[in-house]
Amino acid sequence: MSEALLPPIGMLAELTHRCPLRCPYCSNPLELLKANRELDTQTWLDLFSQAADLGVLQVHLSGGEPTLRRDLEQLIAACSALGVYTNLITAGVGIAEGRIEAFAEAGLDHLQLSFQGARPATTDRIGNHQGSHEKKLETAHRARAAGLPLTINAPVHRHNIEEVPEFIDLALSLDAERLEIANVQYSGWALANRDLLMPDRAAVDRQADIVAAAQEQLAGIMNIDFVTPDYFAIYPKPCMGGWARDAFMVTPDGTVLPCHAAQTIPSLRFERFGDRSLAEIWTDSPAFNAFRGTEWMREPCRSCERREVDWGGCRCQALAIVGDAAATDPACIKSTAHARMATLVDETRRSNTAGDDAFMYRRIGRNFDGGNNRRR
Amino acid sequence: MTALCERAIVSLRSAPSLPRHVRIQYDPVRLAFAVLSPEKVFWPNDISLDILRRCDGQSTVERIIADLAADYDADPQDVADDVVAFLQEWSDKLLVKL
Repeated sequence: MSEALLPPIGMLAELTHRCPLRCPYCSNPLELLKANRELDTQTWLDLFSQAADLGVLQVHLSGGEPTLRRDLEQLIAACSALGVYTNLITAGVGIAEGRIEAFAEAGLDHLQLSFQGARPATTDRIGNHQGSHEKKLETAHRARAAGLPLTINAPVHRHNIEEVPEFIDLALSLDAERLEIANVQYSGWALANRDLLMPDRAAVDRQADIVAAAQEQLAGIMNIDFVTPDYFAIYPKPCMGGWARDAFMVTPDGTVLPCHAAQTIPSLRFERFGDRSLAEIWTDSPAFNAFRGTEWMREPCRSCERREVDWGGCRCQALAIVGDAAATDPACIKSTAHARMATLVDETRRSNTAGDDAFMYRRIGRNFDGGNNRRR
Repeated sequence: MTALCERAIVSLRSAPSLPRHVRIQYDPVRLAFAVLSPEKVFWPNDISLDILRRCDGQSTVERIIADLAADYDADPQDVADDVVAFLQEWSDKLLVKL
């Protein structure tokens, strides 16, 4: 490493992989963990306590669907008592009466609610859950009534990219203070469904113009964060703000990872909280140190003036597309594999006929041939 | 687009406050004050921190300017320009409520 090791600021806690929705772009791994693999309440409490001691200021409580954990109120209260900012990331479907109010009472700072579409039919189809859109609207109203600040998260792909203006209206009508227009990142289930999800370039360009205009028009009214699509980019994103730089995530069984898809890198072994302390894992884990800082970089990253802007981009994308986790993220125009991104976009368009949505929906314990998990 | 509210513009009579999703907190690990918001953590400098701490929903912008000009022994008009610009920027990012 070329610089001092910094303490982590953010922690993404995937409390469970269970979820009532089956979105085909889920960022969870293909091998989802069953409930019996989840950490118990006390272990999560120990983990949050160690995280706060280590310097974590924000915990994002996610999943799967985190509200399926019956101890969520307790976990929120514990984080709140530690002075940690809590953000609940929920699909907003099937949350029992009184619980949102209980989360607020426990000290929840903010709630982020996903919408798979701006139209009910889209939401229900993408999440493969009838009536989910209505339930999400209800969750948004309950959250605002409980005084919780609200972010609407819209994962965008070719089946809803034309709904971006409606997403903006939806978020405004729900009194959200923030909207994330997040183009799907192709790892996990999204990579498996990439051919069916990839938008075309014209739609991406239209979307960028719409979002830029809305950002300007809605200054001081609603923040719009735009997660741009990597396959159409010139430079990569600083994935997780840089590998093991200021954030980490924890899977339902306590495995500590630098990012969502890190387990797809076969050369790395990740450690579980409990086998070692969080501080030991953050500081000493070979997997965390593998791509930390800039020392691991090769050209063109190594001498690039952007090396501490994007930190080489996404290691998992480099592996998935270039076949080498230490390569420059192919989203970067300086990558020798950059043209492959455009080729992949064209290929998905060719292999994809209009209206085709035979998604491989997310499912715990799916067969890896995927054959019996397709929508008919 | 139909918003439930309009963009707020700083005036001397505004009494700014921090919205519920924003808070200032001392971080004993980094020995600095952090501003926590849904996705981002900010590390304000001393002057920004002095402005934010006075955003209590009671003090007007006029009062904040007068206080800071006295504390920093600075020209009130210079302070006013800085404070108004800062608050407008933070209000536009929904980090301060006017």
